[in-house]
Amino acid sequence: MTGLRFDLRDPPPGAAALRAEVRAFIAEHEHRWTPEVRARSWMGFDRDFTRAVGARGWIGMCWPKQYGGAERSFLERIIVLEEMLAAGAPVGAHWIGDRQSGPLILRLGTEAQRQKFLPKIVSGDYAFCIGLSEPDSGSDLASLRTRADKVDGGWKLNGRKIWTTFGHLCDWMIALVRTSPPPEGGSKHQGLSQVLVDLKAPGVTIRPIRDLVGEEGFNEITFDEVMLPEDALIGQEGAGWAQATSELAFERSGPDRYLSSHPLLETGIEALRSDAAAAPALGREVARLWTLRSMSTAIAGMLQDGDDPVRQAALVKDLGNDFEQALPGAMRALRDVEEMPEAMRRMHDYLTQINPTFSLRGGTREIMRGIIARELGLR
Amino acid sequence: MDNGIAAELAEQVARALADAADVTTLRALEGGDFPASAWEALSGLGLATALVPEAQGGAGLGFADAVPLLEALGHAGAPVPMAEGIGAAALLGAAGIEAPEGVLTFAAAGAPVPWGRHAGHVVLVDGARVALYAAEALRWTEGANIAREPRDVPAVTGAPVAEGTLPNAWGAEAARSVAALLRSAQMAGALQAALSLAVEHANTRKQFGRPIGRFQAVQQQLAVFAAETSAASVAAAAAARAADARGIADAAFEIGCAKVTAGEAAARCAAIAHQVLAAMGITEEHALHHFTRRLWSWREEGGSERFWTARIGATVQAAPGPLWSFLTSRDQEPAA
Repeated sequence: MTGLRFDLRDPPPGAAALRAEVRAFIAEHEHRWTPEVRARSWMGFDRDFTRAVGARGWIGMCWPKQYGGAERSFLERIIVLEEMLAAGAPVGAHWIGDRQSGPLILRLGTEAQRQKFLPKIVSGDYAFCIGLSEPDSGSDLASLRTRADKVDGGWKLNGRKIWTTFGHLCDWMIALVRTSPPPEGGSKHQGLSQVLVDLKAPGVTIRPIRDLVGEEGFNEITFDEVMLPEDALIGQEGAGWAQATSELAFERSGPDRYLSSHPLLETGIEALRSDAAAAPALGREVARLWTLRSMSTAIAGMLQDGDDPVRQAALVKDLGNDFEQALPGAMRALRDVEEMPEAMRRMHDYLTQINPTFSLRGGTREIMRGIIARELGLR
Repeated sequence: MDNGIAAELAEQVARALADAADVTTLRALEGGDFPASAWEALSGLGLATALVPEAQGGAGLGFADAVPLLEALGHAGAPVPMAEGIGAAALLGAAGIEAPEGVLTFAAAGAPVPWGRHAGHVVLVDGARVALYAAEALRWTEGANIAREPRDVPAVTGAPVAEGTLPNAWGAEAARSVAALLRSAQMAGALQAALSLAVEHANTRKQFGRPIGRFQAVQQQLAVFAAETSAASVAAAAAARAADARGIADAAFEIGCAKVTAGEAAARCAAIAHQVLAAMGITEEHALHHFTRRLWSWREEGGSERFWTARIGATVQAAPGPLWSFLTSRDQEPAA
């Protein structure tokens, strides 16, 4: 037995009504989304759309009302996420703040930090990015070298973060940095801290990195003697590793780990609706999608109940990434690219180029499988 | 569903199987014997009518309650026709027929009958028509699947003991769907058993001076194994919930998805298991093949991946509007 428990449960009361609300909202906006925008999924950055989503109360949905939240349940939030992703809505301007940065600030931030940041994430005024990878630290993240040194009045930040999605469009970064050297003979996971960095601060240089599609989605961000105030620290000094890894179940189990290619599947089914020969291949993708959704939803319920299914999340991310990554190939096997309707072809072409990132972002496939192997008692 | 009941039943079944059946039982049954003592132990639990409504004298449990115990059966290589008995009794109950005592099995008309030659009674389902035959009314042409489990073709030589009609909620393809659901859950259990064997081997077999499970190449393969195993298990449980909520007929989509997931997992994981176990896993002596051959066999029963993917594909092609609307319209929202 793997010991990896998944608890299924019914959707929350009012689920269908909430879905209908979100769909009606999307219907007002989707005419502006090109096939490439839809194919970008949660990597689509549209600040105006984010502000509109926030105005509906769908950012920070589970947070307390005093910080601009809606105090809805985690399962209700999942419904909104699913609908946005299924439609290919450009949710990138709030995705990280809603999924990661906001919950971290809510959980570990000071009262002042909560009041300062959370309402502005909800309104769409503050877009967040995550500062983890460095030029020499990828999967071996704890080897990172960016440092925040304690000085009079705060911290002095020096170093470099890379592959920071939308760093050039975001307002704030939560960076994992070294605040003290690892103890003699101790783990390099000690001495790391999480700090809030104002990306407009003096000494911050953001250099967009052109990607293989020809777009500038990610960045290299250099910190040169950047002065951070005292209250830039989030949570406990030196506890950054534990803090950064403590909510991985939330980050890795969500619908964004298997729905990244979903708009292509929709256009594919539409294009192949009367092609009887395509039915088995389409059925295969749908069966897989259904299973992944069952797994992801089960984890959402467990998270709502306060469990920490971090290993299950790694497993669902791995399976989900495989699925969303293989989808362009599956569609291509059913219809020659030049025969695809235009929207389908454009989504296919975009996803074919960008889908290698699916099993890199948020922890590589190899790291996910390493986590599962440890659970199996192999490491 | 009460998770407590389901887990408790699974625990009972697992305990009874641990005491009464092991790999020698599987060997014996594959050699043609009926594992009578294992059957005594399992039938003594009184689970045959688990899915029969209480009004008809059953336990009134749902399919979702039965999934963990079906997994436990699969985990032991299904040494007795207990899943078949539970499914047969459920079909009989739905058709208003009381389930007889003793070894009971079922099949769709025309399909080979699991364990047919050993059954006291057999339920043959033709569309929505359910007929219960005593063994005396059937003559068998004995056959087997590649797991060497009995799969016998009946010739009907006498009148049924009872006949009935399935209600619409069960539909005209109930026999296949019930078999698919039972097999999906058993496959999840068999996958877990094979995974345990593979992990155990990886942690003990040494090459290059260390257990082969220390090599990342092996770890990564076994991680895939575990992921596929969890997928099969969750899919079976989710399909069972759909069957309980909407009836077998209207849960064909979910049951098909679960069977496809189990079938794909079976192919992928059996290959990994044999790669990890290497030549040892190919020997008759090692237990692994009892599980991998069952996984390969059960893929074919209750509809193969080929059958169900074609069904599912045709269903979503015919559903008006986006796939996403179709999928979410099937969520079971609790009554307000």
